[in-house]
Amino acid sequence: MLKTLVKPVAPNMYRYDEFDAQFVSERVNQFAGQVARRLSGELTEDQFKPLRLMNGLYLQLHAYMLRIAVPYGTLSSKQMRKLAHIARTYDKNFGHFTTRTNLQFNWIKLVDVPAILRELADVEMHCIQTSGNCVRNVTADQFAGATDEEIEDPRPLAEIIRQWSSLHPEFVFLARKFKIAVGATEKDRAALQWHDMAVQIVKNAQGRVGYKVMAGGGMGRTPYVAHVMHEFVEREDILAYLEAVLRVYNQDSRRDNIHKQRIKILINTIGPEEMRRRVAREFEELKRMGTLQLPQDELDRITAYFAPPKFETGLSDVLPDAGPDFANWAKTNVHKHRAPGYAIATITLKTPGQVPGDATAEQMDVIADLMDQFSVGEVRVTHEQNLVLPHVRKQDLPAIHAKLKELDFASPNAGLITDIIACPGLDYCDLANARSIPIAQSIAKKFEDLDRQHEIGELKIKISGCINACGHHHAGHIGILGVDKKGVEFYQLVLGGSGAEDASIGEIMGPGFGEHEIADAVERVVNVYLKARQPGERFLDTYRRLGMAPFKDAAYEKVAA
Amino acid sequence: MTKLIKSGAYAQDVFAPVADDAALPEGAVLVSLARFQKEREALLGRNTPIGIKLQSSENPEVLGADVNHFSLIALEFPKFRDGRAFSWARILRTRLGFTGEIRAVGDFLYDQVNYQHRVGFDAWEVPDHFTIEMFNRALSEMTNVYQPSSDGKKTIRELRAGK
Repeated sequence: MLKTLVKPVAPNMYRYDEFDAQFVSERVNQFAGQVARRLSGELTEDQFKPLRLMNGLYLQLHAYMLRIAVPYGTLSSKQMRKLAHIARTYDKNFGHFTTRTNLQFNWIKLVDVPAILRELADVEMHCIQTSGNCVRNVTADQFAGATDEEIEDPRPLAEIIRQWSSLHPEFVFLARKFKIAVGATEKDRAALQWHDMAVQIVKNAQGRVGYKVMAGGGMGRTPYVAHVMHEFVEREDILAYLEAVLRVYNQDSRRDNIHKQRIKILINTIGPEEMRRRVAREFEELKRMGTLQLPQDELDRITAYFAPPKFETGLSDVLPDAGPDFANWAKTNVHKHRAPGYAIATITLKTPGQVPGDATAEQMDVIADLMDQFSVGEVRVTHEQNLVLPHVRKQDLPAIHAKLKELDFASPNAGLITDIIACPGLDYCDLANARSIPIAQSIAKKFEDLDRQHEIGELKIKISGCINACGHHHAGHIGILGVDKKGVEFYQLVLGGSGAEDASIGEIMGPGFGEHEIADAVERVVNVYLKARQPGERFLDTYRRLGMAPFKDAAYEKVAA
Repeated sequence: MTKLIKSGAYAQDVFAPVADDAALPEGAVLVSLARFQKEREALLGRNTPIGIKLQSSENPEVLGADVNHFSLIALEFPKFRDGRAFSWARILRTRLGFTGEIRAVGDFLYDQVNYQHRVGFDAWEVPDHFTIEMFNRALSEMTNVYQPSSDGKKTIRELRAGK
């Protein structure tokens, strides 16, 4: 038995006060009423659909799927144990961490949903706005509060945005979904430029902290990288600015064609300059009204919840020597922490052969124990469908690694070719054209050899089972898009995308490959890189230098023969 | 059949809706934007209350200074998923300073009434089965709010600060 008895630790993160608790509890009752009206037939499925989506409830191929918000990816051990409990009690004993840093359950019964929501409310969680045409769960850099690269912890602002956007009366029936992310470093781990709106915490020339706002990024069938809307919004004005962007979007977006209703389409139709002008007009008015101004004391009050834990001093800052397996894991999965003697540890939920992002109830329970024992009770969910222990002592890393090995979560592959993002695909999703999970599994198997993975270095593969791009294929160094050709699944290769600070949209190579050819095609593409790379070049750099041609020639070589 | 709820009670609808090609009856009328723009002088010269019904694609800002000639602005929900009127009502109240009746008409759900109330609607054209009890319940499901809107309701942040 893996389970141990560990005393729960309460991490420094946002805690509900009486107002938050009442809000979530009333929202649960409200949704329970909506479910009852659906079950009694008072609401048609057409009417119920946007209401259930606003509360994270999808109807999928086989059952209802419930998506639980993990605001800015931060979870406490108590919350993790609750998720394990829900997986055991109401689902098939596992859950799936998503690219929106949420957790979803794929086998939920409608009648159980109110009970699940009440259980979640007990640990200060909810499903509010995890789906539907409204402002979705706010995401942030998974290293927030732990990395020395950041200007400040982005989570207090993310929490302020979460509260402001919760049941915002003007923006719960937008033209389409609206995703916001917050970052505070030059190095972008939160795919900021791929969001409908993103806030980057920056310092101006005078050393004052403020916010750079971007908007109009998005994946789907028409991918765009975001435009800068404002280089420097003052702290107290940020909610007024975000509200101004949303109001222009709500007013001016098309409503006649579901594929052209995201903010990226509006901005790229009227042009970023015109968008900035329209937003500025709303912004000036909102500023004058003053009701959305963010006072410093409120910012301070929220920031205090996220105070860094008390780090021990005098710890050794040297990585322990614990054998080659551990050294390999540390090479890819351990990152620099702001405090000497500490590290950030990534748990990749990507063991070759496994479904990316899935965890069983037992695995969640053991991770909760690891959180309590080694990381002040805290974990982060990443948009790459991994978990991060943000504050661990370097001396504890071998013990953590050993425990992860027992869980089969010790793959030393963070950022490597087998650390694949994949959407649920046709195995679960009724929008999908093709399966994603088996493709991720076959590629991971092909590149299982660890020396080879390390030899290849940073290479991000992202797989979507349809054009909606939930698997972020446009932003993959190698992206894979599943398509359906007369009832047969085919997979197109998309090269050169990036979800990082050097964001770019991948280019489609050409006709797709069959289910059994795609992993080989990926291998041929990777071999071109290995042969042609110059010192220090990642796959992406070589691709950008050489362009599509040599990769394309190699990829189709065998197919043509 | 529909009923009108105003100020939390059933109310008599005194505005006669008039089709664009129909003759204007005596008394208060409700006309389209197209008709108002075409017959502005005649309508304003009648000295009876005028209401205007805006489609969800019609930004009330086009009314300009004329906005204060209207006793009623009806905002249409062509489909309950079309949420543009939430912004139109907000703009009418906070930018254009409109103090007359803003009425929700068309296809909207019980579950949207509270949001409509918050952004500035104060009248609802509801189906017959929609009771005052349902209306009051819709407004009371969520006690507190996180964001300021046209209703001037204290936000949770203000309540926390004891304001």
